[in-house]
Amino acid sequence: MEITGAQAVIKSLEAEGVDVVFGHPGGAILPAYDPIVDSPIRHILARHEQGAGHMAEGYAHATGRVGVAMATSGPGGTNLVTALADAHMDSIPIVAITGQVPTGAVGGDAFQEADITGITMPVTKHNEMVTDPGRIAGAIKEAFHIAATGRPGPVLIDLPKDVLNARFDYAPATQLNLPGYKPTVRGHQKMVREAAREILSARQPVIYAGGGIIKAGAADELRRLAELAGLPVVTTLMARGAFPDSHPLHLGMPGMHGHWTAVTAMQRSDLLIALGARFDDRVTGSLAHFAPGARVIHVDVDPAEIGKNRAVDVPIVGDCKVVIAQIIEAMEALVAAGEVEKGDISAWSSTVTGWRDEHPIRWVQESDGPLKPQTVVTAIGEKLAGKGIVVTGVGQHQMWASQLIRYERPRSWINSGGLGTMGFCLPAAIGAKVGRPDDLVVAIDGDGSFQMTLQELATARTEQVPIIICVINNGALGMVRQWQELFYDRRFSQIDLGFDAPDLVKLADAYGFPGFRCERPEDVESTLDKAFAVGDAPVLVDFRVDPEEKVFPMVPAGGSNDDIFETVDDWYARAAAAQAAPGGAGEPGGAGALPDSMREGNVV
Amino acid sequence: MAKHTLSVLVENKPGVLARVAGLFSRRGFNIDSLAVGPTEVDDISRMTIVVDAEAQPLEQVTKQLNKLLSVLKIVELEPGAAVERELQMVKVAATGQTRSELIEIADVFRSKVVDVDVDSITIEATGSPEKLAAMVRLLEPYGIRELVRSGMIAVGRGGKSITEGRSLRLEKTA
Repeated sequence: MEITGAQAVIKSLEAEGVDVVFGHPGGAILPAYDPIVDSPIRHILARHEQGAGHMAEGYAHATGRVGVAMATSGPGGTNLVTALADAHMDSIPIVAITGQVPTGAVGGDAFQEADITGITMPVTKHNEMVTDPGRIAGAIKEAFHIAATGRPGPVLIDLPKDVLNARFDYAPATQLNLPGYKPTVRGHQKMVREAAREILSARQPVIYAGGGIIKAGAADELRRLAELAGLPVVTTLMARGAFPDSHPLHLGMPGMHGHWTAVTAMQRSDLLIALGARFDDRVTGSLAHFAPGARVIHVDVDPAEIGKNRAVDVPIVGDCKVVIAQIIEAMEALVAAGEVEKGDISAWSSTVTGWRDEHPIRWVQESDGPLKPQTVVTAIGEKLAGKGIVVTGVGQHQMWASQLIRYERPRSWINSGGLGTMGFCLPAAIGAKVGRPDDLVVAIDGDGSFQMTLQELATARTEQVPIIICVINNGALGMVRQWQELFYDRRFSQIDLGFDAPDLVKLADAYGFPGFRCERPEDVESTLDKAFAVGDAPVLVDFRVDPEEKVFPMVPAGGSNDDIFETVDDWYARAAAAQAAPGGAGEPGGAGALPDSMREGNVV
Repeated sequence: MAKHTLSVLVENKPGVLARVAGLFSRRGFNIDSLAVGPTEVDDISRMTIVVDAEAQPLEQVTKQLNKLLSVLKIVELEPGAAVERELQMVKVAATGQTRSELIEIADVFRSKVVDVDVDSITIEATGSPEKLAAMVRLLEPYGIRELVRSGMIAVGRGGKSITEGRSLRLEKTA
């Protein structure tokens, strides 16, 4: 059958089961937009290609399916770069389709030409410029396979306009031709037995669950493993929801702004069972001081992650779902054979779960004082009651939303973890809602983060994507402000956004949907009731909150996780005590010395 | 730091060299030398990369390299267990008096004179990097006009082939 390259593109997407594409048309990709008119595929018109990229991410994160973004050549492609880098860091499966100038013009600095395969090489799992229409079907089939398997990630396919316009004899792709790509799925049996033995004989074990659990669909296996041996679990920023927050064995989130219990349990553990986690600096703090007494089992589908940051005692390359099941089986076999006597971890378990009650996230909401952001985020969590999907941007609001809301199911929490992309929230929330229309989607954003992609309000409105947008508005770049207060002696520089521009309620009105404002603690509940009652249209709530509020607990960047500050009062008490001690705070190593990580100039 | 020699089998596709070279620089490695060429298998090229690195970071870069789809196999060749060679051409200033001395030097290193002009002579030599450096030292006093080296290539000693023993799709599919 003779068709055009452009028709082959859309046919190939249909063959992959794609139901929605997020994109923005333009000159070089024009041919591919023509067959979309006749295709059952829904196209969501983003207002900026970055938005389309994050929408594809939100869709992929919420559904577990591959998200698709489409853009034209040149600036269309370069605008996708941030979303591709974000997906690369957080292992989100997306396929980006870009137009390119005709093959004859490539390399000649043609209008809207950019070397997008060159530009995106470091931020994609793979990319390809297709120069032969006969290759289109194969390239797209392979792109979906590469994006979704192994360690998931973004794949970009670049299509010159003449290839899109060429008429050729089309045949659907039936085979993958990827000799250099064979992700390992099953764990090495010897290592699996070794891991089982370590787990059974550990006295102070902690499961360090990462985003890989969610990608592998391994939440049930994780729960079985934890319950089988009574193992306490921490879930990283990328793994919130991989293990129910309400579970008695759950210790919370580790890391720079993690729960005290999770951070401290890892520090004092004798065995870390890392499952689909990557020992990120935001989790480990100073690597030299991280969990010094722990042996490490590391399960990851990406061999390059194993031993990258922390030396590993039991390395296992494989898919978390499969490997955890293997470990469970091996543990049961070892116990049944009487080969290993199970270590007694009851004292450890009761100690760490006891900490959880003693060390909650703390803040003070005075009834006649300014509205605290934590109060708002907690109220949203109570309103959701473990249901729906929370999507955030990047900054203080993101940390509070991760700390204070209970996540009970995988794919109920979506954020930009690795790259830390401000502006992620709104488009990702749109993508999540498009992928899961029957679920409530709440976008919790900061006012700084929100303004980076707020043009997508138009997309939410015109495509009728009813998301609830809660802007935690402190009129400032809150996280930067927090660091300037703590590390730069309150010399605030370029963090003041003000509350007037834009007026968020008027903004909602301008985009044609309801907007509410809430400034007092007593109004939070009723405002949320109004917002949640809207139902069939997007809604925006402007929560005016106290800009002085800071995210705690906090481990200063590059510091040891032993130096965790539970509250801002702890921070200033420590600083004051250091100042008052003989020698003062100035002398490193002196009696009153502050940890290096608290000192100005040591910010990592 | 120590020098390591990596033999990297890659699919012969556009952009592969950029992917490999880019990965090294991105992860903070300097490539000492890099040579690429075809192999006994159609569609597969072999890169010989010499890199200065500690063992641990080298392992990381090797693992990252393995993740590139176009990379089929990576083997680190240990110096004792491999034959390492490099091609060098040196254009040296020559006069009637010095020409015969230069030819003598070329002979000592079992190298060849490949071009002669009234005021120059070009010597082609192959060998280990040490041998080539020694020859350059002897030629320097005469005035080196141009020096070009191919980058090292290496092959493991013994009968084993690095293109065997892995489920590489070496045959071209019909």
